Amino acid sequence: MTRNRLALTLAAPVLAIVVATIASAIALVLTGYAPGDVLSILADQATSVRDLLRTVNRAGPYYVSGVAVAIGFKMNLFNIGVEGQYRLAGVVAAAAGAALPLPGPTRVIGILAVAVLVGAAWSGLAGLLRAYRGVSEVIATIMLNAIALGLTPFLLTRYFEDDSEGFAVRTRPIPSGGRLPFLDFLIPGGAPAGARFNPFILIAIAVGVVYYVLIWRSRFGYDLRASGSNPHAARASGVDAKRMTVIAMAISGGIAGLVGLSTILSTPYSYTEESFLSGLGFTGIAIALLGRNHPVGIALGAFLWAFIDVSRTALSSATPPLPREIATIMQGIIVFSVVIAYEVVARIAERRDAAEVARRTEDPPPTTEPSTAGAAS
Amino acid sequence: MATSTTAAAEPPPAAGDRPPAVELAGITKRFPGVVANRDVHLRAEAGTIHAIVGENGAGKSTLMKILYGMQRPDEGTITVEGEPVTFKRPTDAIRAGIGMVHQHFMLADNLTVLENVVLGAEPKVPVFLSRGAARRRIRELGEAYGLTVDPDALVETLGVGDRQRVEILKVLYRGARILILDEPTAVLVPQEVDDLFRNLRELKQEGLTVLFISHKLDEVLSVADTITVIRAGTTVATVDPSEVTARDLANLMVGHELPTPETRESTVTDTVELSLRGVTVAGAGGKPALDSIDLDIRRGEILGVAGVEGNGQTELINAVMGLVDLVAGTITVGDDDVTTWSTRARREGRVACVPEDRHRDGLLLDAPLWENVALGQQTRAPFVKGRFIDRDGARGRTERIVRDYGVRTPGVDVPAGALSGGNQQKLIMGRELTSDPRVLVAAHPTRGVDVGAQAAIWDELRQARASGLAVLLISADLDELVGLSDTLVVLYGGRLVARVDPATTTLDDLGCYMTGTDPTGGPVGSEEPS
Repeated sequence: MTRNRLALTLAAPVLAIVVATIASAIALVLTGYAPGDVLSILADQATSVRDLLRTVNRAGPYYVSGVAVAIGFKMNLFNIGVEGQYRLAGVVAAAAGAALPLPGPTRVIGILAVAVLVGAAWSGLAGLLRAYRGVSEVIATIMLNAIALGLTPFLLTRYFEDDSEGFAVRTRPIPSGGRLPFLDFLIPGGAPAGARFNPFILIAIAVGVVYYVLIWRSRFGYDLRASGSNPHAARASGVDAKRMTVIAMAISGGIAGLVGLSTILSTPYSYTEESFLSGLGFTGIAIALLGRNHPVGIALGAFLWAFIDVSRTALSSATPPLPREIATIMQGIIVFSVVIAYEVVARIAERRDAAEVARRTEDPPPTTEPSTAGAAS
Repeated sequence: MATSTTAAAEPPPAAGDRPPAVELAGITKRFPGVVANRDVHLRAEAGTIHAIVGENGAGKSTLMKILYGMQRPDEGTITVEGEPVTFKRPTDAIRAGIGMVHQHFMLADNLTVLENVVLGAEPKVPVFLSRGAARRRIRELGEAYGLTVDPDALVETLGVGDRQRVEILKVLYRGARILILDEPTAVLVPQEVDDLFRNLRELKQEGLTVLFISHKLDEVLSVADTITVIRAGTTVATVDPSEVTARDLANLMVGHELPTPETRESTVTDTVELSLRGVTVAGAGGKPALDSIDLDIRRGEILGVAGVEGNGQTELINAVMGLVDLVAGTITVGDDDVTTWSTRARREGRVACVPEDRHRDGLLLDAPLWENVALGQQTRAPFVKGRFIDRDGARGRTERIVRDYGVRTPGVDVPAGALSGGNQQKLIMGRELTSDPRVLVAAHPTRGVDVGAQAAIWDELRQARASGLAVLLISADLDELVGLSDTLVVLYGGRLVARVDPATTTLDDLGCYMTGTDPTGGPVGSEEPS
């Protein structure tokens, strides 16, 4: 049974990759390009330290965004508001990080705390509305996005702008105590010219570990997953559904608040509308789907997404140039393939489980030991 | 298993020269890993009531789904009124004159009877519904078959019996000549059952054929012309009701003696464990769903609550478990006033609950068994250590339950949804009884469970009672209530209308109380418990 399950677990991503490759190739052929050209660009990219480094740097924020969305998904809450949460958290954390009188490296902690609190407060509003007023969290977070996307530049230009420099609209740079060092020393042979290893990856890894322990190992996570799986049964078992909704939304937003810190704890050490990544919140939804809300799955999804992002430059600079939109098309196809493949495999697994149970229990002596009992000891 | 389709019953004379209404020959249906039906033979003569009896899980429902086009058989043939047919979907079956009355009513509460009846059978061409024609047709049908329901009444205002008549009308309106009724009496009180049977006999007299699925043997014996028994997916016998007794049928059904849920000597003590005083819960439309309920359950006592579903049982369970806010009243467990306690606090205070609907309230179907066993006890050993889930502890407890309560499963890591209903119920019983409860709320503890498991669950309840558990038993199975309870109360319209001694009461009396009448003739008096 366990071997079958493992095979089924692996079947889904393999199926997805095969379907995505075929569908992408068809899309390329139909638009008059050779799939082989794109494939060789991707292959080159996979062996380039520089490109891989760019991929990992990009994947960090994607991962955190994916986890933020996944926490909501685990409880059947759809937090579309990651976008607004991390933007607002980013600008406030950047401004606070520059202004707070914190000694040395505690400034990093301060920035993290502010970002988490702002994100949690912003999404917590949606949680409160959902729990106590029955407002769909989808609607509430969309509205809060709109407000946050207006509020962020307003706060930046009105209150947080650094006047010492003439041109760019940005917050004051974070002092050295609030800056994380680059991780270039981790790269064998040193960092290639013009590329640095963004330390944000450490925060992403920490988020992944916390996510796993919290959701799969803690009592709180059990309650949260139970609420997502069957809210009625969870409530009957003693879970306070309203409280869970608010807390789950707040945690999701708190994690979301960290998404933008890769450009605050690292270069350019401040919030500017130019350098700050946009759209990460929505990408996080796709990545959470790709990763099936699993900490490792989300990591793979984030890496894949970032990898294709990075290929855009290579695609348009190839000879002859390939349309960079191909990358977006591939990303879309991958999400579709993965969602479909997992659904297909889940149904097969469900049938197999039922059949297995029926087969094993058709005529057993009533006191047979469960065959997988050894797993527990 | 040998198939002995003993044609003990001669077709009744009314059948005349008509071909059999339905003939199933050699029907086999396999699902992955299970054979739901194996070489089934069934012959229902036109103009008769043909009962199909069998235990839960014997394959009755699958067989009827095949006949109604919801499942396709792997082998075998279906003949309807002499014509061989193949049904790809229910529409095909409806076209062939087969109609199904489902166990769970499929009615839109906010529409009128008329609207419900025409729903799905609207005229195709005109844009607007011809209510006049439909109303006439419904009246005609109603008069012809004695199914009198006001076509313009809102369904939400109707009682269970009327709703069932609407379901039957719906099927007749579509021109059905063969009716399949799936456990039609499950939701009815004895008097309503009599009404239903009168309707069925009228349908029969008009030449219609009724296939009646049930596991209630007395009812089957009283209404059917022919009875086919299904056991383990295959037809084991077809008998004439005048030639068999309920015990014969039971033996055919299960192959062994039927257990009876009789409680032996009383274990009731003097210590009150659960006490409700003036418990009132708000209901829809200003009428309280529970009205000033006073109850005491002592250690070692099983208090049974009889009543037609929807008369406050759900609210009573929710009130004890803290799932609904009280308008008034207090609830005490032991010496603790738990009125304001959360559900979790009550669970931790050792109040256990076997929910009414195990899929809705009792299980996480896609989670492994061990996570399901933790449900409701996720704040306690052996399921947690500190703030973290103790997987080994939970697995260990689950293995013990699987072993001690005879849950048939290949392991504790399979999802709960993969188990059969009976095994899910055994898992829930095990979970709640191993939680060291002081008070157990047991709602329909043996619903959908096969006879063997039913006896085991009754035994477990009795043992728990003997060791001092206070049990609030809510059930639709009157035999179970009478057999297990030390005290029996009747809930009607949210009030406790009667308190009877299960040793001396009769099912008829209970039925009267359950429908709000006093068996001695007078209006029902609210008998306050002492």
